[in-house]
Amino acid sequence: MKQVFRRPEALVDVPFHFCPGCHHGIIHRLVAEAIDQFALREKTIGVASVGCSVFLYDYFNVDVVEAPHGRAAAVATGVKRAMPDNFVFTYQGDGDLAAIGTAEIIHAGNRGENLTVIFVNNMVFGMTGGQMAPTTMAGQETTTTPYGRDPESNGYPIRMSEVMAQLPGTTFVARASVSDPKNLMKAKKMIRRAVEVQVNREGFGFVELLSACPTNWKMSPQDATKRVQEEMSSYFPLGVYKGEVD
Amino acid sequence: MGAIEAGCRFYFGYPITPQNEIPEYMAKHLPSVGGTFIQAESEIASINMLLGAGVTGVRAMTSSSSPGISLKQEGISYMCGSRIPGVIVNMSRSGPGLGGISPSQGDYFQSTRGGGHGDYRTIVLAPHSVQENYDLTMKAFDLADKYRNPVVILGDALMGQIKEPLARRKYRKREYPKDWTLTGATGREPRLVKSLYLSEGELTKHNWNLNRIYKSMKREIMFETHLLEDARLVLVAFGSVARILKSSIYMARQKGMKVGLFRPITLYPFPSAQLAKVALSIKNFMAIELNTGQMIEDVMLAVRHKGHHVDFYGRPPGSIPSPDELFDEIKKIYKKRIR
Repeated sequence: MKQVFRRPEALVDVPFHFCPGCHHGIIHRLVAEAIDQFALREKTIGVASVGCSVFLYDYFNVDVVEAPHGRAAAVATGVKRAMPDNFVFTYQGDGDLAAIGTAEIIHAGNRGENLTVIFVNNMVFGMTGGQMAPTTMAGQETTTTPYGRDPESNGYPIRMSEVMAQLPGTTFVARASVSDPKNLMKAKKMIRRAVEVQVNREGFGFVELLSACPTNWKMSPQDATKRVQEEMSSYFPLGVYKGEVD
Repeated sequence: MGAIEAGCRFYFGYPITPQNEIPEYMAKHLPSVGGTFIQAESEIASINMLLGAGVTGVRAMTSSSSPGISLKQEGISYMCGSRIPGVIVNMSRSGPGLGGISPSQGDYFQSTRGGGHGDYRTIVLAPHSVQENYDLTMKAFDLADKYRNPVVILGDALMGQIKEPLARRKYRKREYPKDWTLTGATGREPRLVKSLYLSEGELTKHNWNLNRIYKSMKREIMFETHLLEDARLVLVAFGSVARILKSSIYMARQKGMKVGLFRPITLYPFPSAQLAKVALSIKNFMAIELNTGQMIEDVMLAVRHKGHHVDFYGRPPGSIPSPDELFDEIKKIYKKRIR
């Protein structure tokens, strides 16, 4: 019998702890597939951030260092400058990257660090229980915006891909969703390109992935996925913002 | 210079007075030895770059001054929790807040008590001359690797900008185990460097393990004694104030006052047992600091013998005491205690 589907080598054979309907598991797999595709598993140093994804070190079959909250891009800068021949990636949520880590991500991008950044945007602080994130929609209810996010007092949801794309130092910036097979295939290509950019020493690759968080959105996985496809994808338009994919 | 000779090839920093000479020197000289200099976007970014470089096993450093060191505390705590080596220079200035740029020793507590969150320590080295700035910087890299822990060099504006002759020496790099560094899992199991421990009992064990390492640092204790043999009053001071005191002691000796100096060079671990030994034969101590009283707590913990005295003279930041001024203060205590 011919095996046509298997776990990527870059993933450990253990079940994910993520909630039902969460997209982290899919995104983990896509990143692992890209690592396998370029045969980078033994050269990879992952930088885990603070949030639901901190446990990526339990799932990825690679060297991992844990960064303080928001500092993954700075930690990765130190790692990559010291180990320029290794593949270094960060995996960060929107609370981590777009709130406390805004300075680090912007300046790592602006320096054109030869890194790959996987940015998972689910519009809330997931691990701490669903508080408002910088990416939370206007009107969206969270535990710290119980009456809905009011831009007058809480500001507007920030579009990080657009911010990153306009920095002269970045090479590849894209936003994708994994909420349906068609978009998932696009996401896969974008992640692959963000990895390739680093392998070819072309600079800074950044992929934002929209993710559902049914638990903190207080929705069924189906409704949460629909929200990604409709409301979220319309405020955070999908596509390549800088560079090209084949 | 000491850092580069000790094999440091990575520097990450952010401008702040009075230590800009360090990043400027590194920016100029690191490229010629194949090293990397990054002027980071913040103190926070620079300490985290140090964390990232340190985890790969290379020799790396950052430097700053007091307010910047406050910002670095998060990263220092993570480095201690994750056991990542690195060298951090604090050419301290005066606080609190923006304070000023004059020499101060107001960061003694911050440096010796961990400084950030959690129950951790860093080795703290306090040079009092250009020669020691150089020698202790080299040593700092060895100690950081040996204990897999950050090492802090605590100076001040005086130590940061003083000009003196320097005898260079041949440095022989010591090699320490690298079986924990992240280099990519080529032909081996993946490695993980972290400070998060959630399983029951795991963090307790981790903290006791760290504590055991901190205790083992006692073998690195360094201190200097000066004219203690016949002394009746022991001055205890570190860094630049100890340097000034050497002149004051000379003045006191000329007046027939038997005054000596005990100078801790490692502030953590503090030479407590060594100071307690001095207290077996001498009863009077005087701590002198460029602050309102911090190191004196360690002196009092070491000198707890009945009938002993620990007096204090502190000069908060804003001006540096002259040898004459300190001599006057010593004279007052000497007259009070030794009749």
